[in-house]
Amino acid sequence: MSTPLDTDAKLAAYAHPEKLVTTAWLADRLGDEGLVVVESDEDVLLWDTGHIPGSVKVDWHTELNDPVTRDYVDGEGFARLMAAKGISREDTVVIYGDKNNWWAAYALWVFTLFGHPDVRLLDGGRAKWIAEGRETTTEVTQRPATDYPVVQREDGPVRAFKEDVLAHLRAPGGGKLVDVRSPQEYTGERTHMPDYPEEGTVRGGHIPGADSVPWARAAAEDGTFKSREDLEAIYQGEKGLSPDDEVIAYCRIGERSSHTWFVLSQLLGFGAVRNYDGSWTEWGNAVRVPIVKGPEKGSTGTTA
Amino acid sequence: MSGPAGLDDTPTAGLPPAMAGIVEDFQALPERERLQLLLEFSQGLKPLPAEFEGHLEKMERVDECQSPVFISVDVEGPDAGNAVHLHVSAPPEAPTTRGFAGVLQEGLEGLPAQVVLDLPGDVCHRLGLDQAVSPLRMRGMTGMLARVKRQVRVATAA
Repeated sequence: MSTPLDTDAKLAAYAHPEKLVTTAWLADRLGDEGLVVVESDEDVLLWDTGHIPGSVKVDWHTELNDPVTRDYVDGEGFARLMAAKGISREDTVVIYGDKNNWWAAYALWVFTLFGHPDVRLLDGGRAKWIAEGRETTTEVTQRPATDYPVVQREDGPVRAFKEDVLAHLRAPGGGKLVDVRSPQEYTGERTHMPDYPEEGTVRGGHIPGADSVPWARAAAEDGTFKSREDLEAIYQGEKGLSPDDEVIAYCRIGERSSHTWFVLSQLLGFGAVRNYDGSWTEWGNAVRVPIVKGPEKGSTGTTA
Repeated sequence: MSGPAGLDDTPTAGLPPAMAGIVEDFQALPERERLQLLLEFSQGLKPLPAEFEGHLEKMERVDECQSPVFISVDVEGPDAGNAVHLHVSAPPEAPTTRGFAGVLQEGLEGLPAQVVLDLPGDVCHRLGLDQAVSPLRMRGMTGMLARVKRQVRVATAA
């Protein structure tokens, strides 16, 4: 890796401390050769109102998705995007964003599909940077175009499709699932986030056997991730998950579950965590897939 | 690219002059620059009248927006031509939503209530922003307009 790691004590306790940086670390290294800061937000114009100096905007909706297929860009598309943003394969990429880094985590997950070697998240995201009174600018830095290689997307290790989830349900002993939506979405009382638009899911409820751990439980007041100890108490202590388990995380469209995917795989070192990006918008509308309504988990294996 | 087709499929068809002008301004720009114009509208959104400052409970929440957005519509009496005035509260962290609110505020300002009610339902999509903003994010603006019309309907029925 070209850029030194953040040796902050809280980060050092995580399974993969190299995947996270603090605001102080970033502030000291802005402008360093080989470091590119990327902002990825829910609001497509937020970067334009002021951003970390030198950062580039990567919009999840309009740049990381294929406009026709319900899928992410392919290897050629990703290479074109990286080249245009001035990001090299060798660069350290630090991603940050609004809304507790949901979209930043989602973007980081997409970078992972292409195996970008060094991609990190800014702990606390945009809100923390601004709350600390750190510098922002509206100035647009045009990074020189790069020659990013075409790397085929590898979905298998970190991405689950509906068929994978069905197979997971039938696995001996039942595969582990984490539903990171709000409790009301889990029980089926509602099909979308409180305060968010209705996005057209026919049925409410959850995937059989899924544990309910709303994503926000992993976040501290200031939007940073909770300490490793606190996270272990939730996922391992309370929910009984183990780093050896195969786990699939899902939410409504895959962005909040990217946050939890990051927690489980990068901070707690679970070896086999996949994000089901089809999530409830697909599952809740799919024909003849099992669901459970109400607060009970239901069981895997028997209902499928 | 033209707007969704009616019998007359120009993007400004059936729009009152101010709104038609805004649509023309957006359509005249290449797609990427349309976002910059939306940003300008977000900056031009008028401050809330004093009566609403700190009293968002007097306004209507726009649930379709992903951020806390509130609207209130004044409709003047018949002597003043039933002129409509739109007030919007939208946080600075939601510039896209503020931009949509700014477009509606400027495009509808002072129009007679009936003209607002007659606005084509697809007016938001005529700005040509669907690609640059993403369809999911367009819902907020459509929701805002629907709620404006509802408030106008209630005010004029009284």
